[in-house]
Amino acid sequence: MSELLELTNVSRHFGGLKVLQDVSFTVRPGTISGLIGPNGAGKTTVFNLITGLLAPTTGDITLAGASLLGRKPHAITRSGIARTFQNIRIFKEMTLLENVIVGMHRHLDYGVPGLMFALPKYRAAEKRARDRARELLSWMKLDHMADDLADNLSYGAQRRLEIARALATEPRLLLLDEPVAGMNSTEKTALMREIVNIQCRGYTIFMIEHDMRFVMGLCEEISVLNFGKIIAHGGPEQIRNDPQVIEAYLGREDDEVSVTPGAGE
Amino acid sequence: MIDYLDNFWSVYSNLVLTLGTNALLALSIYLTLSCGMLAMANAAFMGIGAYTSAILTMNCGWPFPAAIAAGMAMPALVAFIIGKPTLRLSGVYLAMATLAFGEVVRLLIIRAESLTGGALGLNGIPQLTQWWHVLLAVVLVLFVLARLRRSKIGRAFEAIKEDETAAGLMGIDVNGHKMLAFALGAAIAGLAGTLDAHLTFFIGPQEFGFDRGVEILTMTILGGINSLFGPVLGSLIVTLLPELLSSLKDYRAVANGLILVLIVLFLPKGLWNPDWMRRLPGLRKKGVAP
Repeated sequence: MSELLELTNVSRHFGGLKVLQDVSFTVRPGTISGLIGPNGAGKTTVFNLITGLLAPTTGDITLAGASLLGRKPHAITRSGIARTFQNIRIFKEMTLLENVIVGMHRHLDYGVPGLMFALPKYRAAEKRARDRARELLSWMKLDHMADDLADNLSYGAQRRLEIARALATEPRLLLLDEPVAGMNSTEKTALMREIVNIQCRGYTIFMIEHDMRFVMGLCEEISVLNFGKIIAHGGPEQIRNDPQVIEAYLGREDDEVSVTPGAGE
Repeated sequence: MIDYLDNFWSVYSNLVLTLGTNALLALSIYLTLSCGMLAMANAAFMGIGAYTSAILTMNCGWPFPAAIAAGMAMPALVAFIIGKPTLRLSGVYLAMATLAFGEVVRLLIIRAESLTGGALGLNGIPQLTQWWHVLLAVVLVLFVLARLRRSKIGRAFEAIKEDETAAGLMGIDVNGHKMLAFALGAAIAGLAGTLDAHLTFFIGPQEFGFDRGVEILTMTILGGINSLFGPVLGSLIVTLLPELLSSLKDYRAVANGLILVLIVLFLPKGLWNPDWMRRLPGLRKKGVAP
């Protein structure tokens, strides 16, 4: 099986509203790919279908050949998909370290006796989790604030914390929902570098993004969604020159579309 | 000195032991609150535990340890059964469903007269609870809850409380953990009911009604749910307050309601709040779990 994630003719209707129609695309392992499209095109709905928060009306979604349909969100996470959120959803009353360790929930496999009596197995697992969490925070350049409350972080740092937390679940596929929304250009450039580093460590990344420069700079393959349908698919060059895409999305003076956090669906 | 202690104990032993059972009740609702659920069924679970164990020791001659086990297992089992449909609800709807369940339990106890003595209650329960039973129960429950807090289960509870969707997407089985908190809380409330029933000689259905439910909630909200000390502190205050202000005795429920309103308005995180304690020098939180 060469494809990591595969969507086949996926549709989703909300009552009479057809948010997604016959969406098909694939994500190859080891790549960075992206899904773009104007506001309200149905991009976040695609993520919600992949992560099990919504069920598709028709169609199939598979991860490495195994169907994800009918599985609960936590089961899908355990099978290897992690995501971040467009409207940030970190645990604000926990420290950064605790946020990341929550993501390791499934990998802490000490039994009830181990936990009750602080057996060596429990202590070793908790220590491993803390060490790993610090490492993940250092990937996102957040390790120096590991013991601070997440609520005190800046907007950009909260987004990076979400990525570290998602990586803690040891995903095969990392879904990023508008990772640079609300960031300034310095932060964007830094995040770009960090995402490439994550890919180099063997992760597969699939993102939704409005920022064209960011997407074109990172993604090898891009799918374009407009009014619930995939209208184009290909490499950055191909997408840039696709007349349908230009008409739907890129036909503007500047190549950055203004981003409104919380918009979309 | 010994005489003085003897004297003190003969006058106040009931109050001291009630402190213990109330601490258990406060800890039982702390569990569901720490998981972000406002479940108001703990008075009913206490009643189920009290009646189950009392009937077993009075009518079936069970030894006390076995009756305690049954008094914890029965409410946990009932919690498991009613939790399946109700734990999907959140916020006010969960509170309403669990309150209604509590009322059903109270009415069932009144109707099942042959077994429970109906509205008159059960009389002549053997006084098997020793002071050290209560102490041991509180210590054990505190120990178990403290261990849970410092483990992945405690972190999962906190994550669910903060953001259920995000917690699920971190690989946490949200429904499973909610059920664990609900059933474990029911078992602790049942333990409190069992110890209380074998202390006071008599139990009646009105002890486990709405008033008791509000009192349990008051204790925990007053103390705060940021640490295990909160519920214990809250139970201490709510138990002692009517004794200290004995003229208030008839207005106990009024005082409880007033405390609840004042706390929610002015100290939404309760009396025992690590936030203001963390500001004290030398007490800055280090490491993972508090």
